[in-house]
Amino acid sequence: MRKTCLNCVLELAKNHSEVLFLGSDLGAGTMKEFRKTFPERFFMEGVSEQHLIGMAAGLAMEGFIPYVNTIASFLTRRCLEQVTIDLCLPNLPVRLIGNGGGIVYAPLGATHFALDDLALMRLQPNMTVIAPSDAVQMRAFMEISLSHPGPIYIRLAKGGDPVTHPKGLPFVIGQAIELAQGTHIAFLCTGAMAHPALIAAQQLTNKGISCSVWHFPTVKPLDQAALAPIADRHTLLVSLEEHTIVGGFGSAIAEWLMDHHPHPPRLLRLGFPDRFPSHYGSQEQHLAAVGLEPEAIARTVIQSYQRQK
Amino acid sequence: MHNTPDSISLDSRSLHLRRLVARALEGGTRGHLGSALSLVEILRVLYDHVLHVHPRDPAFPERDRLILSKGHGCLALYAILADLGFFPLEELDRFCHFDAILGGHPERGKIPGVEASTGALGHGLSIAVGMAIAARLHQQKHRVFAIMGDGEINEGAIWEAALSASQHRLNNLIAIVDYNKLQSYGPIADVVTLEPLADKWRAFGFATFEVNGHDLDALRDLFTQPLAANQPTAIICHTVKGKGIPMAEHNPDWHHKSRIPPAEMEAIYSALGGRHA
Repeated sequence: MRKTCLNCVLELAKNHSEVLFLGSDLGAGTMKEFRKTFPERFFMEGVSEQHLIGMAAGLAMEGFIPYVNTIASFLTRRCLEQVTIDLCLPNLPVRLIGNGGGIVYAPLGATHFALDDLALMRLQPNMTVIAPSDAVQMRAFMEISLSHPGPIYIRLAKGGDPVTHPKGLPFVIGQAIELAQGTHIAFLCTGAMAHPALIAAQQLTNKGISCSVWHFPTVKPLDQAALAPIADRHTLLVSLEEHTIVGGFGSAIAEWLMDHHPHPPRLLRLGFPDRFPSHYGSQEQHLAAVGLEPEAIARTVIQSYQRQK
Repeated sequence: MHNTPDSISLDSRSLHLRRLVARALEGGTRGHLGSALSLVEILRVLYDHVLHVHPRDPAFPERDRLILSKGHGCLALYAILADLGFFPLEELDRFCHFDAILGGHPERGKIPGVEASTGALGHGLSIAVGMAIAARLHQQKHRVFAIMGDGEINEGAIWEAALSASQHRLNNLIAIVDYNKLQSYGPIADVVTLEPLADKWRAFGFATFEVNGHDLDALRDLFTQPLAANQPTAIICHTVKGKGIPMAEHNPDWHHKSRIPPAEMEAIYSALGGRHA
């Protein structure tokens, strides 16, 4: 997904002279081709995220469209005030590409986890928050990423994520995608949770509980037009995110239901609990530990569904 | 002592601009007075003699860019912009009002002539670096000025930006420090000393100069001299916080004041030779 995303930046740069690439202190050789092709539009600014965002703002004020890439935790937390004041307040077209959204950097520990990035970015007025499911969806998004007038946060998953994005479907910012049709339970997922959601939904469907699966590649603005009929038609909604359940995608769904739906259905929010994960290991181990792998999701959901009945 | 920041006496235009500062202060019954008054001569010389800007066309592409990174000094910026006609003088009377364009910190998009929203300290130099690189990419000849406070440069992001400006050899970037020796809490030397300040900027790769920040001729000479060919410029302006209002000079209590009573406003105007001198 990251490779696709960065390749797309190069492709965009070939046809649009206003496209720039900015990095902090990325791995050796990152964007080698971009640097070779457009040396004057390539910036590796060092370990200075606050400066990186301010500089991107200055460039965007002058008509450029900077694509800024570094590790998600540093891109969202370290320089949050710059993101808020320098990018969001003046509503500048800067693209923030965060590596390792969620628990991708499991072996590196808590300093590198990005389990709050969606919440932090969602809090900022004018910010658009994108969490694609896979490389195909990433490509579809990147193709339309240039023309959006304001700032965009783009969350990268681990890479090699199973493709769930429907073939040939164009990406529309703010539009959710129906991946499976059902009647009882609706799975609402974002980012790379699309695949586990589909497997869990299939397991439940096999047991006679019909499940819809909707993927929300745009966390903000939330697809309200899709949500209303989903909430009308199902008795249980399940939100799924590789993120703390505080303030992220599930919270956005909950807020919308409470504010806008006359008889909100029950919502089960699945994600990481509100505590620092104290382990290393692998992403899969972390997801299993918090019940975010397909079997555990199916178990939790079926329990909740039966309790409700 | 000859020609120190304290010894400079203010001419009629400097007093006039300070009266406009006072007008906004009175309009809002609040403001960062001390932080603005150390800046007046720096901004006056820039806008009167140095910057290529047009009040009637504040966003023309070839203009020089000025970012007041120490956004809390905005009363001085508002005074000169209003005086030059970027917006009506009457806006000063609505300073900090609910629906005003002039707030306690300047905002891009609201105020003609304001390039960036500042006030969260330590942001402006990075934005200026981005603008200076943009000018180079666009093969434009204009310059980018960023004015920082001395307290402001406690912020680490300023030094990140300084490293970058030097790395990119931004000879179209001029970093200005309003060195009035007082931050909000008290003397710089007591809070976080900056000395040797000029050496710091030199060590970060800037062609660095020091000047009496209230000396109009010295400021003009420095701002109009040819820029270094291959490096950014830093100009450290030695100034007096509260310059021109004796009760506010060197007085941290006047860094910011709110609910300023009429009697104090009269004292301010009286120090400036009256409301309509």
